[in-house]
Amino acid sequence: MNMKLKGRVWVIEREGKLIDDIDTDMIYHNQYLHITDKKEMAKYAFSNLEGWKDFYEKAEEGDVIIAGENFGCGSSRQHAVDCFLAIGIKAIIAKSFGAIYKRNAINSGMAVLECSSIDRAGLKNGDIIEINLLNGEIKKDSKTIAKAKPMSIVQTNIYKAGGLFSYAKSI
Amino acid sequence: MSSVIEKIFQMHTREKVEVGNTIWIDIDLRTARDFAGAKVVENLIENYEGNYVDDAKKTFFTFDCNAPANTIGYANNQQICREFARKNKIKVFDVNRGIGSHVVIEEGLAYPGVTAVGTDSHFNILGAIGAFGQGMGDVDIAFVFKTGKTWFEVPPTVKVNFIGIPDGKWSAKDLALLCVKELKNKVLGKSIEFYGDILEKLSMAGRITLSSMVTEMGGIVGFIPPNKEIISFCEKRSGKKIEPVYADKDADYEKEIDIDVSNLEPLIALPGNPANVKRVSELPYTEINSVFIGSCTNGRTEDIFSVSKIIKGRKISENVMMKIVPATREVWQELLEKGVIKELFSAGAIISHAGCGGCASGQIGMTGEGEVQVSTSNRNFKGKQGAGDTYLASPETAAVSGLLGYIGGIDEYEVEG
Repeated sequence: MNMKLKGRVWVIEREGKLIDDIDTDMIYHNQYLHITDKKEMAKYAFSNLEGWKDFYEKAEEGDVIIAGENFGCGSSRQHAVDCFLAIGIKAIIAKSFGAIYKRNAINSGMAVLECSSIDRAGLKNGDIIEINLLNGEIKKDSKTIAKAKPMSIVQTNIYKAGGLFSYAKSI
Repeated sequence: MSSVIEKIFQMHTREKVEVGNTIWIDIDLRTARDFAGAKVVENLIENYEGNYVDDAKKTFFTFDCNAPANTIGYANNQQICREFARKNKIKVFDVNRGIGSHVVIEEGLAYPGVTAVGTDSHFNILGAIGAFGQGMGDVDIAFVFKTGKTWFEVPPTVKVNFIGIPDGKWSAKDLALLCVKELKNKVLGKSIEFYGDILEKLSMAGRITLSSMVTEMGGIVGFIPPNKEIISFCEKRSGKKIEPVYADKDADYEKEIDIDVSNLEPLIALPGNPANVKRVSELPYTEINSVFIGSCTNGRTEDIFSVSKIIKGRKISENVMMKIVPATREVWQELLEKGVIKELFSAGAIISHAGCGGCASGQIGMTGEGEVQVSTSNRNFKGKQGAGDTYLASPETAAVSGLLGYIGGIDEYEVEG
């Protein structure tokens, strides 16, 4: 798995401010929990988040999500990660994550970075950024605009392997 | 020296437990519910060839989310779990049993000092009995079913000291709501230990209420030191001699937070955010349409008994539907034998079978647009329990509000002792 990513960003904000406490019901509502086909899950990503209900139609493979505090708090549903993976979202950068969500994302091979200063990086929808997962550097137009906390060694290894199951086979 | 989580982890790993380290820990109790259970099964079948389960005696399915299934999707998922369980000799606590995190306590499978995981974000409820419980997604849980282990980043511990004992009317839910308000954003990703004289006033049900809302506080788990009542209950249920895990006197806490509870009074969380907590007494006149009593936070016998003390011999407002869902079949039986069910019924309540009820997708109905609900559950995120607005409160506040037809305090009713 590549430790340097490049992608177009979606800044998940409302009235010019990153939305905090986006919970798993806003990301992926409990009425769709019975769905087990990942491709179908993609359609419901953010479908209960005011202002972002059309995310599935806008987002493309390789995009990066930028979010506020406590992203993914709430339930333990893997669907809330799988729906983004199904779209092809490459990474989620948030000011902080709900603990269960962060685990679920890493276990599924999604890159997750905690960056408390991401709201001050001046990012707009459509900007292209480069992310170095090893040192946490986030760049735009080759200039460093923010520094995230790098993932721990175990987390990096799971991510590199492409998820928990692949990682388990490698040890 | 060590906090509770560090000690429990150290009993379950050969690696050195230090805050910030990512270690592999052994999991004593491994469970999956109905909604993510089918994905757990799918993950196991996709990634492994046979030998899906490390130890069937430590592995369980607990169906509580949509029980019995009212959609074909859920019914299919439950059936996938049942068939997998049968082939792999795993016990299923089926749709008749109630909320999994409670059933494992009643069954003596969870007790002080154990490590337990489940596909339920409130599985950290087990902190109420001094056990480490953790909700996880289906990838994690499948991995634990197969290996008996999981990775965990050792979190720092925050010590919360409750100061004083309130003398007015209060319940464990009011304490839990106060903690969500006071601790939100201060305990994100951390383990909590609760201390203070007020905890001696809490039975197991009250402790469950407090620990269940650690998820809404943003914490990993919230431990309450087991007292004699908890130890004796768990010994009786598990048939084991229990040696509870307590923190060292000089444990390294990341910080200590004092919360003054001497003036604790009925509290309520406004719709949309469990941390938007106000005093019931300061709320404007707010008419309601429905009341939900139950959930892993307030579905124990004691919770529902305190509702019946308020509504028995009276009638629920004709503008309000009151929905009551006991947490487990054992709770149902107790309520039945004590005659509580009859009192609730006579007052006009709807009583459903045990399970996650009003929190899950539609087991006992959802709210419609414009509907205002008072719920004893733990979350009121927009859309969670339907299209309406949900307030979170104690069983007592919910019961009184159900009688009045508007949100009201316990002081508005005389209650038998």
